[in-house]
Amino acid sequence: MKIKQISVFLENKRGRLYEALKALAEQEINIRALSIADTSEFGILRMIVTDPEKAKEILEKNEFTVKLTNVIAMAVKDKPGGLAEALKHLYDSNINIEYIYAFVEKSGQKAVVVLRTENLDKTISILQEKGVTLLSWDDVLAL
Amino acid sequence: MMWNKEVECMAEEQLRALQLERLKQTVKRAYEKVPYYRKKFDEVGLKPEDIKTLDDIKNIPFTSKADLREVYPFGMFAASLSEIVEIHMSSGTTGKPVVAGYTRNDIEVWAEVMARCLTMAGATKEDIVQNCYGYGLFTGGFGVHYGAQKIGAMVVPASAGNTRRQIEIMRDFGSTILTCTPSYALYMAEVAQEMGVEPKTLKLKAGCFGAEMWTEQMRKEIEKRFNINALNIYGLTEIIGPGVAHECIEKKGLHVFEDHFYVEIIDPDTGDNLPDGKRGELVLTTLTREGMPMLRFRTRDITSIIREKCACGRTFAKIERIRGRTDDMIKVRGVMIFPYQIERAILEVQGIEPHYQIVVTRPQHLDEIEVMVEMSKETFSDEVKHIENLRKKLEKRIEETIGIRVKVTLVEPKSLPRSEGKAKRVVDKRTLID
Repeated sequence: MKIKQISVFLENKRGRLYEALKALAEQEINIRALSIADTSEFGILRMIVTDPEKAKEILEKNEFTVKLTNVIAMAVKDKPGGLAEALKHLYDSNINIEYIYAFVEKSGQKAVVVLRTENLDKTISILQEKGVTLLSWDDVLAL
Repeated sequence: MMWNKEVECMAEEQLRALQLERLKQTVKRAYEKVPYYRKKFDEVGLKPEDIKTLDDIKNIPFTSKADLREVYPFGMFAASLSEIVEIHMSSGTTGKPVVAGYTRNDIEVWAEVMARCLTMAGATKEDIVQNCYGYGLFTGGFGVHYGAQKIGAMVVPASAGNTRRQIEIMRDFGSTILTCTPSYALYMAEVAQEMGVEPKTLKLKAGCFGAEMWTEQMRKEIEKRFNINALNIYGLTEIIGPGVAHECIEKKGLHVFEDHFYVEIIDPDTGDNLPDGKRGELVLTTLTREGMPMLRFRTRDITSIIREKCACGRTFAKIERIRGRTDDMIKVRGVMIFPYQIERAILEVQGIEPHYQIVVTRPQHLDEIEVMVEMSKETFSDEVKHIENLRKKLEKRIEETIGIRVKVTLVEPKSLPRSEGKAKRVVDKRTLID
């Protein structure tokens, strides 16, 4: 149930984000979800894309520092408390979240939440046990 | 391996006698043929015949780079222009350049000392020397070239630049000895990898690296990447070019070719001679140079003399690797800082490519140092806290080393300027009009 996320180191310099995205666009890589963690010094661009391996190759060719990381994508109800409910299970099990970002699927029925925790395997088993819907790679591509 | 065992292992007493005899000749020649020296000698009331022992060298006034600039272009020549067969020149980045003239015999001496250097690195006539020091007015290219030819090795006069082609040549020709600046060697390793050529698979066995300051950690990095012996070479335009001193395979300092160069260490502030083992400014005197004899030239390079017996069998004294410059150090808030100190600190924090730049600014009244360090593929984590930790670790280690707080900025790989010659490590943006 692990999903490949691509992360890119971005210096806080004009045009770097654009250059990264342009490189992907030119090679027809579609971005499903995106988030940027930024500090005053640098940013980390995190993306779920249609072809992570190829995206990595393209970005590296363009001299970006890139890493593929495993994350989890879960579907939560798009209503107040939907996400909180899912996170409560992790809280109860003492699992720390490293980072999290969300997007809403096209039909608007569900929100998709991407998260990375300190222990992915444990997170997966807890969420599955509690009946939270985890998306497979195919599910993500079909969104 | 030794090129000239008889000389390189000469008994101490015999060596000193040879040095004295040659010093007397050099002083006489300088006094008689160079008005600049005659004037300097006369000012202090010194006559060539006053030099009776090697110790008397202390009475000779120093020669500085500024002196050489004053007599630009040919004022230091002790041979007629018809006897000068080659000219080289320093870059002149800090003022008027210094011109060096060589007689036929000087070129022969240069080839001899360079042959000794390359032999220390293991070069024989069977070897292929890829010489990536610049050919032209800079002394590096031709110095290595003459030495390699004297040995009978095959020289590839690649000069600096066109890095991808350098790698192709290295791969296709099977070059075995590499000569260039250490930062260029590391850059070449990077480019090779980009081209899909694993540097370790090249036939290189050793390299003579110099013309800029570098650290032991950088040596290890070069040795690891290319799987070679990386040895230190030292020289300067004013004295002869590369070939004043070179490291033997023991890697515990650079043997000075004392039959051609007399070495002293002085306190840069007082000019007093310092004992062996003590760090100070290197002062060199040429003992055989005809075209441009140099008497007590202040190199501005900081090192110390090692006079212990070397396991390699050579009797020549050694100098430790150059520790800094008395003039390109950065003085920040009154503290003297040498780029190599910062470099060492960065390299100690594991996993970071040795590419960095030091930027000194004075935003208000206080000097600030920013050290830009390139992020490496190995250390990149997609978690902010990990990157922040790395940054803090670097800041802490640098502060521990130089005693001043610095700001470390992690930048993208390959965003810092690469050089094919001397790496520009310091950018001083202070406008010092107080």
